[in-house]
Amino acid sequence: MKDTDSEAPDIKPGRLDRGTYAHVFDDINPPLSAREALIEAARCHFCFDAPCVEACPTSIDIPSFIGKIRTGNLKGSAIDILSANIFGGTCARVCPVEELCEEACVRTTGENKPVKIGLLQRHAVDALMKDGAHPFTRAPDSGKKIAVVGTGPAGLACAHRLAMLGHNVDVYEARAKPGGLNEHGIAAYKVPDDFAQKEVAWLLGIGGIKIYDNKALGRDVTLDDLRKRYNAVFLGTGLQTTQKLGLGDETLEGVEDAVGYIERLRQAKDLSKLPVGRRVVVIGGGNTAIDIAIQSKRLGAEDVTLVYRRGPSQMGATDHEQHLAQTEGVRIKHWVAPVKLIGWRGKVKEIELAYTRLDDAGKLVLTEARTTLLADMVFKAIGQQLVKDPFDDNAREPLAIKNGKLVVNDERETSLPGVYAGGDCTATGSDLTVRAVEDGKLAAIAIDKRLRR
Amino acid sequence: MADLRCTIAGVKSPNPFWLASAPPTDKEYNVVRAFKAGWGGVVWKTLGEDPPIVNTCSRYGAMSLNGQRMVGFNNIELITDRPLDVNLQEIKRVKRDWPDRAMVVSLMVPCEESNWAAILKRVDETAADGIELNFGCPHGMSERGMGAAVGQVPEYIETVTRWCKQYTRMPVFVKLTPNVTDILKPARAAKQGGADAVSLINTINSIMAVNLDSMAPEPEVDGKGSHGGYCGPAVKPIALHMVAEIARNATTAGIPISAIGGILTWRDAAEFIALDAGSVQVCTAAMHFGFKIVEDMIDGLGHWMDAKGYRRLDDFRGRAARNVSDWQFLNMNFKTIAAIDQNACIKCGLCYIACEDTSHQAISNARTDGQRRYEVIDDECVGCNLCMHVCPVDHCITMKRVDQGLPSIGWVDDPRNPHRRAAAPR
Repeated sequence: MKDTDSEAPDIKPGRLDRGTYAHVFDDINPPLSAREALIEAARCHFCFDAPCVEACPTSIDIPSFIGKIRTGNLKGSAIDILSANIFGGTCARVCPVEELCEEACVRTTGENKPVKIGLLQRHAVDALMKDGAHPFTRAPDSGKKIAVVGTGPAGLACAHRLAMLGHNVDVYEARAKPGGLNEHGIAAYKVPDDFAQKEVAWLLGIGGIKIYDNKALGRDVTLDDLRKRYNAVFLGTGLQTTQKLGLGDETLEGVEDAVGYIERLRQAKDLSKLPVGRRVVVIGGGNTAIDIAIQSKRLGAEDVTLVYRRGPSQMGATDHEQHLAQTEGVRIKHWVAPVKLIGWRGKVKEIELAYTRLDDAGKLVLTEARTTLLADMVFKAIGQQLVKDPFDDNAREPLAIKNGKLVVNDERETSLPGVYAGGDCTATGSDLTVRAVEDGKLAAIAIDKRLRR
Repeated sequence: MADLRCTIAGVKSPNPFWLASAPPTDKEYNVVRAFKAGWGGVVWKTLGEDPPIVNTCSRYGAMSLNGQRMVGFNNIELITDRPLDVNLQEIKRVKRDWPDRAMVVSLMVPCEESNWAAILKRVDETAADGIELNFGCPHGMSERGMGAAVGQVPEYIETVTRWCKQYTRMPVFVKLTPNVTDILKPARAAKQGGADAVSLINTINSIMAVNLDSMAPEPEVDGKGSHGGYCGPAVKPIALHMVAEIARNATTAGIPISAIGGILTWRDAAEFIALDAGSVQVCTAAMHFGFKIVEDMIDGLGHWMDAKGYRRLDDFRGRAARNVSDWQFLNMNFKTIAAIDQNACIKCGLCYIACEDTSHQAISNARTDGQRRYEVIDDECVGCNLCMHVCPVDHCITMKRVDQGLPSIGWVDDPRNPHRRAAAPR
């Protein structure tokens, strides 16, 4: 085989026309116009004991904020949302509403057509953020200082609530830029127009929060040190490494972690310089797998195949996300598991898959049947793991970890008194942004209570 | 399909759907378009004496409700602003070209016999089918002693009506203003003056909104506004009531009624006809959607009549009027209790909170295994209908009749009424 053969590995940048790049990650779910918002808001029944509120991890008073859109009280509407969820802007864009508020909506029950709660939330919050002024004020200075590790939704939700309650917050961020997964991990077409940075800047408008960039826990600061210097600590570190496929040579050129690639994509100044394979295979069944599949397709990959070892209903990605990927031209192949990466001159060329099935005991097993797919790029999107080392610096009091996540109680306090945690590094529920925000908020309320004892 | 032909006070039309005297009937161009679209008749926009009136700029105000435009509508426009001659020539031409359609001409001149005699003579020459006396316009013209200023004084109505009957061969429709305490008084006056029919309702005194930036009422004319005439779907209940009163009162029953007020669909029209209307007049709906709406009015009414076995309008005309009663005669032993269809319930909780906060605490709010369940507490339910009305699901909450085994008895005879009619000795 020669480099010029059609089956030879083919990874290159600039697969699209130059002009196409400017719009390749345009808003996948464009905002409502004022008129559309009014009509949509009028569809809300203003339920008593509304099921949508119960379905929202941050318990936003949805009937109330929609009612306020209807009366033209957009500011009051946005404040309702942001009081419960300071990342109401991001959540309006990225929440899987089809399995949260909009699934619970009584109009889903009645006519399978929920009120567009996510888009209405965006309508209200965007209007307030556009106005620029920060709507919340701080309680009198408590004189307490709290360290927050991580500037993702958990960390900054915690920091914001603490600042509102009158505390002073230092936030340590390992990367050069704040935002966590909002900035580095979410698919580009969900938060276009530098939204994550704008939201962070707006959120900091509360005052009392100082962010230190390029300060990683375990490298530049230690947990022990933070515990000594601050009245309380909140850990919102997220997860740091991706899992291995366990297929031997994962160092072949073209085999990549989806999250790493998405981070490069999100930070790319010029997308036309970002290389992408002609034939892309994505391994995994979660939303990250969907995100990388759609984004590589939009960057010009000719064939994108998502392979998942079980069926559609077991996928972590919602039905909505699966359909979205298929609409974008991604092929989803179920009941296959990767068994071998086949390389050529140090580059990945093919991937061998085994067909899977459930045995009589309901356990997933590989069958003898095999198939192969040409693959210039193989993205691993099979989950991330916690790196324990940064938390282990103080061996006298190790942080309790179970199933690879920090253990916390209902108030989000870890096994160490005064150390709280939330978001993906803990196991309080789903891996959603909205859950991370709720963790941060609850931890802040608990910290406040603790410090005022 | 059912026969929709309609005759009212001798005026014939192929269907009962007329355009009311208003901007849509201001000139030949519009009226011809309306007839082409299928309207059964028109009441030509009110003619007055020359020189023609002059209108303001900014004439209409509207009320939207939850994104639905023009639920209510009002105007401060006056009568026709075109010369009398022009209107008369056009009326004559249109009637000649469309002989099967009803052509009624609305009129408004000062309250002097000679003025009415003069204009009637001219209108007679157009071969129009009838005239409608505009005693209803509540704005502008009323300040000049015309319109509602006449309609609010029964003696004036009777006098002018009598003049008109004297000076014209044409049937006289008297258009009534709703801006009165008792609609029967002007209706009786019209009848006593010899009116062949009454048309109602004209528009209602109204300010549509206050502009909170300019602090002026709407519609706003250079920072100020005056009250206008309110119409549109929101006024239909008021019109139904007034039509029903005339239809059921012994002193007015039988006078032909051309019903007006918030008619948007064939169903609205059928309701008015069931209250004894002979024809219906439409304006706001046409101004909102154009003349094409008459297509659905015609075949919707026809299909409904077919389904009900009504072959002509008279088969159901007035059928509901006989069921409009006084409160004192309503059956005090009639009992209903709300029933919630749990399979249709979408768990919005609106029935619960409405009853809990504002009525009789007759709906329970329970959670079973996390599932919401709203149930009627029969002993507390007074059968008020509120839950049924707030429920967003059609037919989910229904009012079930409970047979008490008691005779029908009105308050007037109810033993609980200390002032009941004494039982007559048998």
